[in-house]
Amino acid sequence: MSKEWVTDVYGTIKAIGVRQVAYVPDAGHTQLIKLCDADPDIHSVSLTTEEEGVAMLGGAWLGGQKGMMLIQSSGVGNCINMLALIQECRMPFLTLVTMRGEWGEFNPWQCPMGQSTQAALESAGVFVVRADNEKEIPETVRAAALLAFNSNRAVAVLISQKVLGIKDFNK
Amino acid sequence: MSLTTATTLNRRKSVAQILANRGEALLVASLGNPTYDTSAAGDDPRNFYVWGAMGGTCMVGLGLALAQPDRQVLAFVGDGEMLMGIGSFATIAVKQPKNLKIIVIDNEHYGETGMQPAHSGRGVDIAGIASACGFPTAYTVSTQAELDKTAESICSRPGLECVVVKVMASVEPSSLPSRDGPYLRSRFREAVLGQGKGGHN
Repeated sequence: MSKEWVTDVYGTIKAIGVRQVAYVPDAGHTQLIKLCDADPDIHSVSLTTEEEGVAMLGGAWLGGQKGMMLIQSSGVGNCINMLALIQECRMPFLTLVTMRGEWGEFNPWQCPMGQSTQAALESAGVFVVRADNEKEIPETVRAAALLAFNSNRAVAVLISQKVLGIKDFNK
Repeated sequence: MSLTTATTLNRRKSVAQILANRGEALLVASLGNPTYDTSAAGDDPRNFYVWGAMGGTCMVGLGLALAQPDRQVLAFVGDGEMLMGIGSFATIAVKQPKNLKIIVIDNEHYGETGMQPAHSGRGVDIAGIASACGFPTAYTVSTQAELDKTAESICSRPGLECVVVKVMASVEPSSLPSRDGPYLRSRFREAVLGQGKGGHN
């Protein structure tokens, strides 16, 4: 049984007509990835690294399909040069980024990229919106998707680590 | 400039030969020489030149191939570009699009930046990597006879393929197509999706 925000977001992307979903797995995206993997109308593509997804979604849009990428904040830095494609060609781009390194983080190696996620995205021309709790997520994703696909802009939704909760490494 | 692999193939002639039977195929080309080679063979709205974003051209090809399953998609990339995005071989092989052909124009050097040697001339077998990732068909051609055999139907035959074309490290005359991103994407989309679809579905 998926969490309510997950089914809401899935409903939103279906209504908007997202046909390609690229992802690098993250615990926070587990349920959404499962829904996309099981959907025969969505090309669900697991990536070896996040920048592949940026390029793939550019190609999807060139071919007339909308796409979305699901990643963790640690992968944002990998995307920066590839975002030149999106920015320079003024293509729509939508990504949902689950945050690490900001809320009760156990692994200090997550902190540097977590701390620079928003600034890195904005420096590469991406609009950034944040959802700090579960209730905010569906409407934030909907607005981000509309901005991306109606105005041909790159938009990232950062989902706070508060939503996922503090990861327990001592289990 | 010497190559590890003996070849007499010229990049411009090889690309032109492949595109002579283009038909309805769509084309993406990586920055540098593959963009110059494909535009020299005949600029076309169905050509999308990736002037930057190095390492991403094959993945642009994957997204396009999935979105347009009834059209053949050709991704022309340099060996340096392919090495930078080498993980995309794994991603593409897992997805197995039947309408995608990756054509690596391999001169074993970084031609755009001063002909520095690339791994592809130092023992790294790009077609071998594609094959190990699960490409059903992946091979290297280095003679005219081999190129003739593959070029005849590569723009139309089904199946995921990676073809590495070993070419001489020659410097060719300039061929500079438009590098204006909004123009390139709008004319491409109009050619594929129809008039008025350049910016929105």
